[in-house]
Order: sequence, then C-alpha cells, then structure tokens
Amino acid sequence: MKRIYLDNNATTPVEPAVLEVMLPFFREAFGNPSSVHWAGREVSGAIETAREKVAALINCAPAEIVFIGCGSEGDNHAIKGTCEALAAKGNHIITTTVEHPAVLETCRALEKKGFDVTYIPVDCDGAINLADLERAITDKTILISVMWANNETGNIYPIEEIGAIARKYNIRFHTDAVQAVGKLPVDVQKAGVDLLVISGHKIGAPKGVGALYIRRGTRLAQFMHGGHQERGRRAGTHNVAGIVGLGKACELAAEHLKTRAAHMRRLRDRLEQGIFAAIPEIKLNGHPDRDQRLPNTLNVSFAYIEGESLLLNLDMYGIAASSGSACTSGSLEPSHVMGAMCVEVSLAHSSTRFSLGHETREEDIDFVLQVLPETVQRLRDMSPLYDCKKQQNCSTCQTVKRL
Amino acid sequence: MYTDKVMDHFTKPRNVGEIENPDGVGEVGNASCGDIMKIFLKVDNDIITDVKFKTFGCGAAIATSSMVTEMAIGKTIDEALALSNQAVAEALDGLPAQKMHCSNLAADALHEAIKNYRETHK
Repeated sequence: MKRIYLDNNATTPVEPAVLEVMLPFFREAFGNPSSVHWAGREVSGAIETAREKVAALINCAPAEIVFIGCGSEGDNHAIKGTCEALAAKGNHIITTTVEHPAVLETCRALEKKGFDVTYIPVDCDGAINLADLERAITDKTILISVMWANNETGNIYPIEEIGAIARKYNIRFHTDAVQAVGKLPVDVQKAGVDLLVISGHKIGAPKGVGALYIRRGTRLAQFMHGGHQERGRRAGTHNVAGIVGLGKACELAAEHLKTRAAHMRRLRDRLEQGIFAAIPEIKLNGHPDRDQRLPNTLNVSFAYIEGESLLLNLDMYGIAASSGSACTSGSLEPSHVMGAMCVEVSLAHSSTRFSLGHETREEDIDFVLQVLPETVQRLRDMSPLYDCKKQQNCSTCQTVKRL
Repeated sequence: MYTDKVMDHFTKPRNVGEIENPDGVGEVGNASCGDIMKIFLKVDNDIITDVKFKTFGCGAAIATSSMVTEMAIGKTIDEALALSNQAVAEALDGLPAQKMHCSNLAADALHEAIKNYRETHK
C-alpha cells in the first residue's frame, strides 16, 4: 500500500538530519546539562547552540528562548503566567473563537477563576475584524492572544497589525505560532509579539519539545516549579536530545523556508484546483485568497457525506488526512473552528483537511486527485442527503434542517 | 479502533440504496453527531422480504445500517421489532464506546420503517 501523508499540521516525521544530530545525546553525551563535571559540560554547550538556532529563526536573542515540553505547555505558561503576574493590573483577556484548545481551554479555566475573556468572532472565511479587537480593549485588558495561523483552515492572522494595536495600548501580546513557524517568515521584532510558542514536532523535530519566546523584560509567573533550569523560568531536566533536534530543525527551517514554502504552495494549489475541478458541491473552509492561508493547508467540505467515513476510505488507499467531524474528535461536536465560521452543520461534519509537508511529492497529489472523486461519489451514492432535490418536501432534508 | 466486521460492512456495505414503492420507510437522525439513517422495507405476508438503506454518517453509522439490513431480511415484523441497537453492535463484534450512543441507531431506523409500514397498511 502507498503511504501518502497529508496530515503535517498534526505532526511531521523527524527529519533525517535532525535525527542524526540527536543520536549522540542518548548514549555518548548523556549528561545532565546542569552538572558541572565532564558529562554535564559535554551537553550544556549543545543546549546553548540549539537556543541560538531557535532564536535566529524568529529573530530574537537566545536568552529570550525557553525550552518547553510541547506547544500546549507554552500556551498555558504564556497565558496563565501573564494572568498571575499581571493580576494587579487587570483581569481581561482578548482572544479569538478559533484558537487551538491549548489557548481556548486555558482561557475557559481562567474564566472560572474570575478572569474575563473576550472571544473575537470570525467571519465565514475565518477572518477577524481588527476593529472588533481594538473595541474589545478595556483598561483591565492585560493580554491579547491570537494565533499566527490556524491549524484547521491554515488562515494567517494579521499578527503585525495586532502587534501594533497591542503596542498602542501597551498590552501584552501572545501568539501561538505552532503552525506558522517553518511555513512562514516569523519575526518577533517586526510582529511586536511578547510571547510566542513553537512546537518541535510540527517542524521536523521530535514530539515532546518546544520553545517559548519571552521578550526581554516580560514578567511571567513560573509555570513549572522545581530546579533552576532555564534561568529559573522552566524547571525540569532538559530534554537534551529533543532540544538539540529542535535547534537543528529550526536551522533547516530557516535555511529552506522559501524553497519549502514554494514547493508546498505549488502542490497545495494543484490539489485545491484539482479537487474543485473534479468534484461538484464542495466548499472551501478558510480564506478564499490563498495568500491569506498557510502554503500547505487545504480544508474542504464535501456536501452530503461525513468526514470520518471519507477519512477511512482515504486511509484504505494509504492517504492520511484529517477531519473536523465530531466522529474524529472524540467529542460530539464538530470542529469549533467550523462552528465559529458558521459552516452549516452537515458541511462541518464533512470538513477534511489536507496539510502537505516539504516531503510531499507531485505523484502523491496526483494519486489523491485520482481516487478522491470516486470515493466521494461512492459515499454520496450511499447518503440520504444526496440527489434528493428532485423530491418535493424531502423528509430527509427536513431532518437535516432540524439538526 | 473498529473491528474487522465493522470495516467489512463499512467497505462493502450490503443493501445500499432505495426501494421503489416501499411498504415502509423509516428515518432517524441524531442532532449531536449528525448521523442520518434511512431504511426502506418490502413486506410480504408479515415477512420482511427486502431492506435497503441510505446513511449519512461515520464508519459505525454505515456499518450498523448495513448490518441491520442483513439481520432484518427474512424476519417477521415482530422478530424485527425485537432487534435492538445493542444486538446490531454485537453482531459487528462491538463498536468503540463513543460510537455506542451516537452512531448506533440502525435498529431505531428499522423500527421507524416498521411503524410506517403498520400505519400505511392497516
């Protein structure tokens, strides 16, 4: 069976060059970087080299980078740490309705502790209105948190403009850049962000490592209490191999950013155009202007069919994609992002995300375009929603309207 | 996550389609999960002679629909009414826990079709 992996927004394979630089740190250079002896000294330098590489990718000082365990940790640390540190200043957070659960659920937890959160809505393309954001600011606002790019739709948010608004009102600005880093130029100075989260496994480093950018002078309550690692900002023994891998992945991302983005963009556009040419009655979820989306992401709803059954069918061909369907989320609700964009519920259930990687090949896209139309048609032929327009007052359509 | 039997019925669903001039039609929908199942019946002398289905839903929804058609054909109306969602799930060697309540409605759709048959064939 072919193995076509189009779920790179979920995770990516570790790049061979990344794995290679990691391997010595499991066995030969196994020391604890906090130790003074030879074993510790052998690895502490590698941590600092990795820090420089991460910093170079997003244009900050190495001292502003803190290594963390995952993207969710970074978002929790940035948001809760801000709320705790700035509680005397105010209790209001502004975010959006389409954030990753690492941000949304953190905000909901803070609401229970007495913080007020404004969730800026999005339009049907998933875009936010900056005037809404500016209007939401009060003298109690202590944090604006907006993702750089959305994991489901690929939509890119106007981070520089939001950064300018945050500066104007002297409000701290956090961005979950987990999906943007490695796919777009990310410059924390230009963007005016104070806190930014990177996840290793989205950019060819292993799972279990990430980085939090903390702008110099940003007061943040400690999230993980314990040892003095990371200059007291993040306790816990360093994941040395993971950190070294993250450094290498960031180096590669910086080196190949343009060519990889162009490659993914060309193939993504081909996939998008091919699907829209071959399959009727489908809906793009996300910004219609491809420049406003990540170069690798395509999210489409196929009317009359449900996402999980489409994914299972694609999986039988060896094609890995993902869905906003309730059935794939473990919850009963379809994707909150589709909900926020007011995507009609049966279309939300069929939303399907293809996220390409720089390793995606032309023939992978050809194969998807070859099997997808017949797969969709097969499921449509099975669906009571399909082809019922000829019937007056179709009872099934009435059922759908009730849902 | 799915048993081999579920995957078998999902990939090769039995009795997909509609019956022209059916003796009964039943439909159930589940708002939270978004599954919709429609069952068509042909009844002869109190025996279910043919069942077809159309389903919008996940793998479990399609597999349970397919399975219930196989289980119902040849049964009397009363036997078919005794078929439960649980029995359909068991015939598929079980469903994942989160699917039991949302995508396991095929017997309900069959019962709706029988109800419709009885109402229209008094």
